[in-house]
Amino acid sequence: MKRYSVFAIAREAVRYHMGWERAWASPEPKPAYDVIIVGAGGHGLATAYYLGKNFGITNVAIIEKGWLGGGNTGRNTTIIRSNYLQDPSAAIYEKSRSLYETLSQDLNYNVMFSPRGVMMLAQTHHEVRGYLRTQHANALQGVATEFITPQRVKELCPILNIDGPRYPVLGALWQARGGTGRHDAVAWGYARACSAMGMHIIQNCEVKGVRSENGAVTGVDTTKGFIGTKKLGMVVAGHSGQLAEMAGFRLPIEAVALQALVSEPIKPCMDVVVMANTVHGYMSQSDKGEMVIGGGTDGFNNYTQRGSFHHIEETLRALVETFPIISRLKMLRQWGGIVDMTGDRSPLISKTPLGNCFINCGWGTGGFKAIPGSGWAMAELMAKGEPGPLAAEFNMWRFKEGRFIDESVAAGVAH
Amino acid sequence: MLTLECPYCGVMADETELSPGYEAHLKRFGPGASPEEFEAYMFARKNPKGVHFERWRHSYGCGKWFLAARCTATLEVFGTYPAQVSEPPADIIAKIQARRPDWQPDWKATK
Repeated sequence: MKRYSVFAIAREAVRYHMGWERAWASPEPKPAYDVIIVGAGGHGLATAYYLGKNFGITNVAIIEKGWLGGGNTGRNTTIIRSNYLQDPSAAIYEKSRSLYETLSQDLNYNVMFSPRGVMMLAQTHHEVRGYLRTQHANALQGVATEFITPQRVKELCPILNIDGPRYPVLGALWQARGGTGRHDAVAWGYARACSAMGMHIIQNCEVKGVRSENGAVTGVDTTKGFIGTKKLGMVVAGHSGQLAEMAGFRLPIEAVALQALVSEPIKPCMDVVVMANTVHGYMSQSDKGEMVIGGGTDGFNNYTQRGSFHHIEETLRALVETFPIISRLKMLRQWGGIVDMTGDRSPLISKTPLGNCFINCGWGTGGFKAIPGSGWAMAELMAKGEPGPLAAEFNMWRFKEGRFIDESVAAGVAH
Repeated sequence: MLTLECPYCGVMADETELSPGYEAHLKRFGPGASPEEFEAYMFARKNPKGVHFERWRHSYGCGKWFLAARCTATLEVFGTYPAQVSEPPADIIAKIQARRPDWQPDWKATK
């Protein structure tokens, strides 16, 4: 792999840019690998990358049904934050956020991490108390957040209407080091780095079955034939239930659609991310000028990658009230992703009933921000066979044992 | 937008008139059950890509719970039926099999 640098640009500039090579190889699968990761989204590629980087395991295949980064990695609103209430969540999301800070240098690929600050508005007294609690929890966890006044909210984001009429802004939880990133670049950067380590990224190859003997996986049947493996990692977000069924176990997961949309591009008007969870919408401005908008999930099981129209209406209604400036904006594109929601709205990074099979799923509506940390923790789990401190609490048996990591109720946040 | 017929009042109700209740025909376990049974009842879900049976409530109508047979991969609705049954009625099964000849009910095997 040739490194990207200012010298590479200069070199290519004098030879008509004919020397750029493909960012990753597209090999045919070998008969067997040490590790197979199913799912070449952000989480799967990050898992493979840290398996190679932290543990020296490079005989790895990453199998993808479609094209890499074409699932939820390409379908999110790119928000990165770590202001969670519970200790295990704060630990893994903060690890992730800190890895994002140097990810462009680590991968030699510009992921355009922009720590512009994330603001979560408090618009009811209940929310004020909740965020004050989160702020204190974050202080103990070593996550830098602060609760700010409505006047400071207005200074940071002048286009915000803080006066109501329905829900005046009473304050906000502000994480200055949160922000956004370039979602596709995260997948591409990891893919390029994995390919450079000799790993095989096999696209357009759907897993049709999981073969096991004596409680251990021997390989997977795919549209490109059987591929053997010593260890299997399932990192497929919305389709985790299907893959688990192939392997013979059930998950505490429901797949639902989450929609997002972007407006036509306008001149720069907001340089922070704002989340308004009471009215339920969140918005930031992309580098191209589009307002990137997200809201709540649909309420029923759905694998179609499109959601119900009334959710768009509800989200925009909430945001027009919060940001009157956008009332005459045209919406340019809308899309949906299949998110995997667990019972406690926290992920699974877990061993499974099959000894050498591991699963990483359940990131629900907030997976993009977690990609580096999730891959880091999953790689440790797969390399050692036992979870490290980041993944330990996220095992799938917590539901049986009643040890939930209860983010949905405790923080009341839109993930 | 999803439209379901309420089997009690016969109204074709838009999704905005309904509240979703997720997987139907769960076998309930209470005090005295093993942790595995209770976990399966509370959390483990079929979450199928294809034919699915769901609970819905006609919350801005008659207020009653009913059940629906639906395809989660295409959003096709096969039919709705009252909730006072432990498994889908024969006419709903017939409607599903008319549209999905390969589909077989799995509850005889699991319950």
